Amino acid sequence: MSGTKEHALAKAARETAGVVLSECYQCGKCTAGCPMARYMDLSPNQIMRLAQAGDDAALERLLGCEALWYCVGCLTCAQRCPRKLDPAAVMDLLREMAHRRGKIPAAARKVLAFHKAFLDTVEHGGRMAEIPLVLRYKMKSLDLLGDVMLGPVMLAKRKLPLLPHRIRGRGEVRRIFKKCREEHRP
Amino acid sequence: MKTLGYFPGCSLEGGGIELDLSVRAIAKAAGVDLREIEDWNCCGASAAHSLNHSLAVALPYRVLALAESQGLSEVLAPCAACFSRLKGTQVRLARSPELSQRMQEVVQRPYQGGVRILNINEFMASLLEAGLAQKLTRPLGLKVVAYYGCLLSRGQDIVTGDDAEDPKGMEAAIRAAGCESLPWNCANECCGGGFSMSKTGAVLDLSQAVLDEARAAGADAVVTGCPMCHSNLDMRQMELVKRRRIPGALPILYLSELLGLAAGLEPAALGLDRHFIESRGLVRGGV
Amino acid sequence: MARIGVFICHCGENIGRTVDCAAVSAAAAKMPGVVVGMDYKYMCSDPGQQMIRKAIIEQKLTGVVVGACSPRMHERTFRAAAAEAGLNPYLLEMANLREHCSWVHSNQAEATQKAIDLVRVMVAKVRRNRPLRPIRVPVEPTALVVGGGIAGIQAALDIAAGGKKVVLVESGPSIGGHMARLSETFPTLDCSQCILTPRMVEAASHPNITLMTYSEVASVEGFVGNFTVTIRRKARYVDPAKCTGCGDCFNKCPIKKIPNEFDAGLGLRRAIYVPFPQAVPNKPVIDAAHCTMLQKGKCGLCAKVCPRGAIDYQDQDRLEKVKVGAVVLATGFQLWDHAAYGEYGGGRLRDVIDGFAFERLASASGPTAGLIKRPSDGKEPKTVVFLQCCGSRDDKVGKKYCSKICCMYTAKHAMLYRHKVHDGRAVVFYMDVRAAGKGYEEFVRRAIEADGAEYVRGRVSRITRRRDGKLVVLGADTLAGRPVTIDADLVVLADAVVPRPGSEKLAQLFGVGYDQDGFYSEAHPKLRPVETAAAGVFLAGACQAPKDIPETVSQASAAAAKVLGLFAKPELEREPVIARVNRTTCAHCRACISACPYGAAKDFDIVDRAGKVLRAVADVNEGLCQGCGTCASVCRSHSVDLDGFTDEQIHAELNAL
Repeated sequence: MSGTKEHALAKAARETAGVVLSECYQCGKCTAGCPMARYMDLSPNQIMRLAQAGDDAALERLLGCEALWYCVGCLTCAQRCPRKLDPAAVMDLLREMAHRRGKIPAAARKVLAFHKAFLDTVEHGGRMAEIPLVLRYKMKSLDLLGDVMLGPVMLAKRKLPLLPHRIRGRGEVRRIFKKCREEHRP
Repeated sequence: MKTLGYFPGCSLEGGGIELDLSVRAIAKAAGVDLREIEDWNCCGASAAHSLNHSLAVALPYRVLALAESQGLSEVLAPCAACFSRLKGTQVRLARSPELSQRMQEVVQRPYQGGVRILNINEFMASLLEAGLAQKLTRPLGLKVVAYYGCLLSRGQDIVTGDDAEDPKGMEAAIRAAGCESLPWNCANECCGGGFSMSKTGAVLDLSQAVLDEARAAGADAVVTGCPMCHSNLDMRQMELVKRRRIPGALPILYLSELLGLAAGLEPAALGLDRHFIESRGLVRGGV
Repeated sequence: MARIGVFICHCGENIGRTVDCAAVSAAAAKMPGVVVGMDYKYMCSDPGQQMIRKAIIEQKLTGVVVGACSPRMHERTFRAAAAEAGLNPYLLEMANLREHCSWVHSNQAEATQKAIDLVRVMVAKVRRNRPLRPIRVPVEPTALVVGGGIAGIQAALDIAAGGKKVVLVESGPSIGGHMARLSETFPTLDCSQCILTPRMVEAASHPNITLMTYSEVASVEGFVGNFTVTIRRKARYVDPAKCTGCGDCFNKCPIKKIPNEFDAGLGLRRAIYVPFPQAVPNKPVIDAAHCTMLQKGKCGLCAKVCPRGAIDYQDQDRLEKVKVGAVVLATGFQLWDHAAYGEYGGGRLRDVIDGFAFERLASASGPTAGLIKRPSDGKEPKTVVFLQCCGSRDDKVGKKYCSKICCMYTAKHAMLYRHKVHDGRAVVFYMDVRAAGKGYEEFVRRAIEADGAEYVRGRVSRITRRRDGKLVVLGADTLAGRPVTIDADLVVLADAVVPRPGSEKLAQLFGVGYDQDGFYSEAHPKLRPVETAAAGVFLAGACQAPKDIPETVSQASAAAAKVLGLFAKPELEREPVIARVNRTTCAHCRACISACPYGAAKDFDIVDRAGKVLRAVADVNEGLCQGCGTCASVCRSHSVDLDGFTDEQIHAELNAL
């Protein structure tokens, strides 16, 4: 790294995501293979490009974009990147930053609502529980009508336990949540 | 009787219960004792990974630490997502003593790194090697496509011993069940993963592409090892049928169900009656 | 009585800034044996050299020390000046006051003291210098050119035109190399074979050129001016002296379905074959691996139909020795195998082809007679996708470097395709267009603007074959920031340029270096681009690095010029820094002979007048010795010394410190 000037985002990307941003030569193979790219407002290579720039205006666009929330975690970009980089890991980092900042684009709020509902149930009982998850998700996302018929069928198919399993160590899990949240305070 | 640690994961207590039933059934038939990790917790799945990278490591760390303290050196995680999270954490901990130290402080449990995580493909392959093949007395004669999705094909140092671009980890098991594994283009394509509720449109698009390709290949069924893939392809398929985006229903089976059927186990014992898409008719002579 | 002159150079400010040059020359003047001490701003300039010449003559100097830059820079200059003044040039030595002193120190007093020490050391040495004469070795004025592609052909023709003999060795059955396989050439679109075949014919018929096709270098002995190279003449099973090239044999051969390497596997050949109609020599060889007569003793049809009895199933590889004075390596390249890209089908998709396959499809002499037809079903593709940087600039799967020629040949392919299929669509995925050459950028623009090639900036993530035969290409348009999917009929991968297999082994035979990718290393990347670290061995073409035809031909001509320069005199002059054995003290323990890395130390019999052997000792071949000093260091009786660096000289230097 001698002699190179590294901005704050580049440093964070190197330290937490293991990605040296300057190594990206913008070939676009990440965008080409991304199954979610067509739903994104910024393509993965554009996210990498703006991250390389790292200035305030670039950061503003990155933290306010929907694309961060649409990464499905399929690992295709890292698998095929000719520079052995992991664009998804950079998106993870940016998503956490965006979440801390709190201004989430409207279209992405359902995704965030789902993640939060999911983690709420885990924090509560130690394991994810589907019925509370769906209820919490619907309250958070206000997506009240979607999939209303799935629940009854799943119950009929005996795919849902009526009572969520709560583990003995749930106090321990809650402590873990608390500590990890504290670590993430800006 | 061989003993193996078992991490079912949350899905297998709910929407993915067929995977749990069939894995336990086939393990029993093969004489393997699955010992569930006591008091295990959720691996965090993509939710923790999306919002908090410490939590994404800390939750699997607790599971690994529990397994180690309970004397389980090998743990089967049949859910592809749980496997990817657990083994991914294992790999990262092995690489960074600093991270291990930090996690020990967060979770307040020691972990020496002595647990090996197996995915469903590796487990099935090991059962076949250990003599399960002789017990598969009911060759199914089906044409299937092997669907690995993302987390049973990709992940540097996570999915090892297979080719990410041309995965083969299920082939031997499919052949052993008396089925033909057809060549197709979607073996390692994504179904939309955890966006089933929050970005349903994308899941429908991506799952449709997989189903279209499976049908074009001439498959009687899609074989998978991932409860997320199963739920997207099975549960969401009705919607695609209703909207006339696909011409008809295609059964989605877990690899463990396929082997269970070939071993002559009852379809209901494997959970086949719980699928959204009727799949019991696949067994010769019906049920 | 020694009369030494010391001359201190300021090198502008380079030395003068940190070293008090006047003080150094004054101190030197007082050293034992020194009669003149002078300093000057630029000693290498003409007035500076004149100072030295004048002092040598007027002061009758017996030795000179120049305190200046590294001897690598100007030793030659100052020794030439000394020689002009009548002093043996090897009585002049340089003290390095720049790289070893002024450039690496900042304290003037200390640097000046160190400079004085360095000068004292060289004065002590030069007092013990003996006059030396350059070594002369005779030169065999015949060149060996390895590789019969355009690089080797051009080098051979130029050397032959200079009046010297050439042996041109080619491993395949015909000369012509890859250029013979090309359809048209960028940026002029002239027909490759039309411009190449006259040179092939000329090479074959030139009285100064001996053509050895189907032949390989087996071993190399000797040194610059005097190599002995053993050539393996592979069994052809056809006597070229009897064969007229009538073609009866390969028209009758029943083994018909062998993919023809020349056509990138798209066309078929027989077991007895000439690779292409304009082959030189136009005489067939038998591919022993596929011939049923040679494998199982069944058939023999070609021998039956040959009207001249030229077929010889008993033929065997022969070894032939040639004596040459210089060597040009022109072994060329091949395309990297894209099977390593699992996401592009891992080499299993028939309609995903490489650049050479497309050249053969577009070539009038190719398997489709110049019609673009795809391999799987012979249909004319209506959408062709070209992928640049396939295996290049990808250090994960392929190669780190840029293969340099792909941008241009891909533009050419897109252009040729559009000329041949008017309603067809040519889509080029690229990362950068590197068109730095005369008329190159204009050529690429023409492909886009006049011929309608669609350039999309981005790499491709995956290629799959749909059941309807379409190749689904998942690419990206990074400029628009979106994924792009193209349903293609044919995909052409611009695979990376890599050295030929076996090129590393050949380099080892000749003592030539190569880089991590196997390309041969030139002696200096800027100033000695055709020489190698091995004296008398030169490079031409893509064996050194990826390059196009104009560059290859330029380098081949440059290599030929180097060879002709070497052959211009009947003898070579070499620095006389070589080992010398004291025969009176040598005990013939042979330690030096086993230690010598150049095979220069050897046994020598001292005989009396009657020819009777009195004693054996070690001896050094002046031509082979490189002056490394290994022998001197292993000699237990101190019987070996290095001219110009004797033990006495080195000890004097150390004592002077």
